[in-house]
Amino acid sequence: MTTTQSPVSKADRWGALERAARLVRPRRGQLVLSIVLGAGAILAAVALLAVAGVLISKAALRPQILTLALFTVGVRALAIARALLRYCERLVSHDLAFRVLADLRVRFFERLIPLVPEGLRGIRSGDVLSRFVGDVDTLQDLYLRALGPPLIALLAIVVLAGAVAIVLPAAAAVLVVAMLFAGLLLPVIAARAGRSSGLREAPARAQLSSELVELVSGAAELAVYGREQQWAERLESADSQLAATERPGAWISGITSGVGVAIGGAAMVAVAAIGVQATASGQLDGVLLAGIVFLTIGAFEAVVGLPDAAQRLTACAQAAARLERVTEAPIPVSDPPIPVPVPEGGSLTFENVSVVFDDREQAALRDVSAALAPGSRIALVGASGAGKTTLASCAVRFLDPSSGRVTLGGTDIRELSQDALRSAVRLVSQEAYLFTTTIAQNVRLAAPEASDEQIIAALSRAGLGAWIASLPEGIETLVGEEGAEVSGGQRGRIALARGLIAQSQIVILDEPTANLDAAGARDLLSAIGSERSDPRAMLVITHTVEGLDQFDEIIVLDAGAIVERGTWGDLIASDGALARLSAAA
Amino acid sequence: MPLLGAVVLGVVTSLLVVAQAVLLGRVIAGAFPGGKGLSEVSGELWILVAVVAARAFCAFGFETSGRLGARRVVGELRASLTAHMLDTRPAGLRSQRAGELVTNAVQGLSSLEAYFARYLPQLVLAVVVPIVIMIYVFPQDLAAGTILLVTLPIITLFMVLIGLAARTATERRWRTLSLLSAHFLDAVKGLQTLKANDRAQRQVESLRETGEQYRSETMVTLRIAFLSSLVLELAAMMGTALVAATVAIQLINAELNFATALAVLLLAPELYLPIRMVGQQFHASTDGLTAAQQCFELLDTPAAVGVPAVPLPSPDPRNGPVVLETVRFAYEGRGEAVLESVNLTIDPGEQLALVGPSGQGKSTVAALILRLLDPNAGRMLCNGVNLLDVDPKQWRKQLAWVPQRPTLFSGTLSENIRLGRPEADDTALLAACADAGLERLVDSLPEGLETPLGEGQRTLSAGETQRVALARAFLRDAPFVILDEPTAHLDAESSAAVGDAIARLSVSRSVLLIVHRPALAAAADRIVTLRGGVIVDGKGER
Repeated sequence: MTTTQSPVSKADRWGALERAARLVRPRRGQLVLSIVLGAGAILAAVALLAVAGVLISKAALRPQILTLALFTVGVRALAIARALLRYCERLVSHDLAFRVLADLRVRFFERLIPLVPEGLRGIRSGDVLSRFVGDVDTLQDLYLRALGPPLIALLAIVVLAGAVAIVLPAAAAVLVVAMLFAGLLLPVIAARAGRSSGLREAPARAQLSSELVELVSGAAELAVYGREQQWAERLESADSQLAATERPGAWISGITSGVGVAIGGAAMVAVAAIGVQATASGQLDGVLLAGIVFLTIGAFEAVVGLPDAAQRLTACAQAAARLERVTEAPIPVSDPPIPVPVPEGGSLTFENVSVVFDDREQAALRDVSAALAPGSRIALVGASGAGKTTLASCAVRFLDPSSGRVTLGGTDIRELSQDALRSAVRLVSQEAYLFTTTIAQNVRLAAPEASDEQIIAALSRAGLGAWIASLPEGIETLVGEEGAEVSGGQRGRIALARGLIAQSQIVILDEPTANLDAAGARDLLSAIGSERSDPRAMLVITHTVEGLDQFDEIIVLDAGAIVERGTWGDLIASDGALARLSAAA
Repeated sequence: MPLLGAVVLGVVTSLLVVAQAVLLGRVIAGAFPGGKGLSEVSGELWILVAVVAARAFCAFGFETSGRLGARRVVGELRASLTAHMLDTRPAGLRSQRAGELVTNAVQGLSSLEAYFARYLPQLVLAVVVPIVIMIYVFPQDLAAGTILLVTLPIITLFMVLIGLAARTATERRWRTLSLLSAHFLDAVKGLQTLKANDRAQRQVESLRETGEQYRSETMVTLRIAFLSSLVLELAAMMGTALVAATVAIQLINAELNFATALAVLLLAPELYLPIRMVGQQFHASTDGLTAAQQCFELLDTPAAVGVPAVPLPSPDPRNGPVVLETVRFAYEGRGEAVLESVNLTIDPGEQLALVGPSGQGKSTVAALILRLLDPNAGRMLCNGVNLLDVDPKQWRKQLAWVPQRPTLFSGTLSENIRLGRPEADDTALLAACADAGLERLVDSLPEGLETPLGEGQRTLSAGETQRVALARAFLRDAPFVILDEPTAHLDAESSAAVGDAIARLSVSRSVLLIVHRPALAAAADRIVTLRGGVIVDGKGER
């Protein structure tokens, strides 16, 4: 079980919800406006019915027609007011919803920034990130559909009960009690009854979703191995499990809606009985009797949306708590209070760098020292898990060494701002991500000011010149969702072009040959080693070693420690670790 | 069937609504101006209580039966959608916007559920309730009935207008929302890359700008779309106001008794209510219809693999060569063909290595032989039988495949290895593990072969996954094996082990080995190179 699946405690949820609500506090004014408009619309409709009741009650006494003019005009005015208020309320609330959604995305993205990648170690899977995005989407309902309706109802009920209390306090008491039952108690009981099934529903839905993702990504294998039928059945059984968890919800919502009707009806009968009694005893003016009964009937519009709001509130609370699980991971690195300017033209130096992760016994890096002078070409080789990527992470402060330090031009990089450091030391990660846009935009990411010509040049240096030339739309070709439309090799080379075009002092290329064939890998590494017009220092992390003969230094890492270092010639002659790696290829 | 239930419940509900109005009118009129006390109207009040109880029961039935029925329909649709996609586009699923399919099948269909559960029953009420109320009102009060009759088409018309406006608005909102959501997901997934390039802060701006731009654009359409609801609301409210004025005049002229007047006035809003509720559910309807449309589009996409109407029996690759003759293939929407004219022969028992630069279509050749794709031109034969005349499912029974990035399915390790031969016994399973070099991994796991894999469970490294896929191929024991870059993501040691496994797998089987490591290709009987869409180099023949 991962931590994200364990149930969320109540305190967690409501606390998280409160903090999430605070995120959008700047929109409070607009929320208040939409609540006042919403309550106004309800009150206008209820008043229309009540005034109409009084109007015909007066008419039943057969007065002069003119004495009723005020009431007929009033009824029409209320009709117009209702329609206009409702229109304004909808505009204001929809506008608010969009603003809140954008706010939330920005806020949560900002919180994620300092955590990536080291703060999310272990929960970095695409699934968690997708859920993160889904949870942010859920939270957009918080103000409008979860908090709005109860506040509107509260405002409307207070006004209505006050009005009734002036003429018939007992009826006002019935109205308030019935509203509390229908608007507060019923949604709460329904939510409680639905909680256990709702809690089962979420994992069932997640299960269906993950079965589906699996089926989509493994469809070709299932077809080849003739297992489509079984997996379709697996999906069906996940679906019927979901259906089973949803069934209690259907019953609960049916019962809720039935009980809601019953409460409204009971209030109507009770107010009618009280009104009849009061009229007979002379306590109530008879012309108001119909008005009060009609008002009671109309008043329940105020609480219609509350069960739904209660459900959304719960969903929002869970989403908020899950989001906090992700965003409240400790921030792995932070900027110094007063960053020092980045020194120009210095070396990047690793001084006795060691890294120990909390969750692992063995150190990921042990006492590693190395220097990248301007213009140098250094290769870092070793088997997977040797600590190569960890060293690269230290150089751009995705994480800080447990001991030792990294300096740029003699300055400890912890004294620089992270942004400035990453501009000066550009890491092209092996997990380089291609965004769902054009090739050009993906490369331009590394150099926003770059011209098309510069981008084409960088792509050519990365070995994609011929391919780009063959594309009808050239660098404006879309790469598909997360780069799905380009091959693994092309993806790696596009990422490489990012490193080549960046205006940085130092470039670190993490596994640039990962998806290339042997010849391609050798050619690429030779080109990097021999092509010295680029004045920047380059550190190349690689597990393929062919083509490293022109590099200034090759550092072989094993289990976090340097086992040998030197030029190609020296190391091959000494017949050590590099020679073995070379022979294995 | 659920629709019939909704109609019956709708009629009963309507009758109860009318009964309630009539009874309430008599109670009020009895007290004022009738002067009756509580005890004199208690009979009517008790009947009223019974009517309310019956209404409550109808409301319950309406909601519960509607939701349960809708859930059934949607479950069936979801099942047929995935079955269809699996059958016709097994290879296309990975490359196309996979997220889209998932969204459609899970979220989109949920809105279809809302369509069946809420919109359709509400539509029934919107038809039945006005009819029943009109039948009561007209004989009682012609004037009020006429007002209702005149406002009704106005309201219906505007409801339809709302529907049309809402439909376009919803379609746009749906597309833009999923676009925005995809944009956000893209940014979140690529955050590490953004950070490495010092662009994370810029992305914040971009998120803000995109959201703001979308908001202002959508609000313009909404301002107009909501106008129809404004008119609808106005008509319904004015209808009630006019009925009140009309019955008031009739009361003054003594043309109507007060109890009836009260009932008619009470029924006016009840008549409009279900129609307005339909309007409120319109988004459920349009979301649902949009989702349904996307489902049907998916169901209608042409199959990537054709199944012959009268399939020939599948040929056996042990008895004759697999031959590709001038095979051409271009991916949909990409003008240029990946494979121009590929000629290739793989003899029974032969181990053929297919090499060439990346991106030249080596994996496409594999997909064609696996019948995951159909060629645009040329022929594919086995033992002289055209493979397009054979049921792909029958042909695939002769094949085993280790893809570049094998998929691990949630389930135990042994279930994963048994993918290609679920009925295999434990002895065969252990032998396959040994052949694939999985023994060490299995021994290191406390639960051994029964270790559960998948989300939140044990995960395997790329090398381990590759060996699981190899074990699948061993256990499958098929005469023809396709290995696609089996060592691409492995370090030297792992790839040496996998290389040994491949050598064992190749004994007495035809093998198509797609590979870039010279060490692996060298062990093959023959090496051919694919470049520029054709086999350029057959010189590797020994």
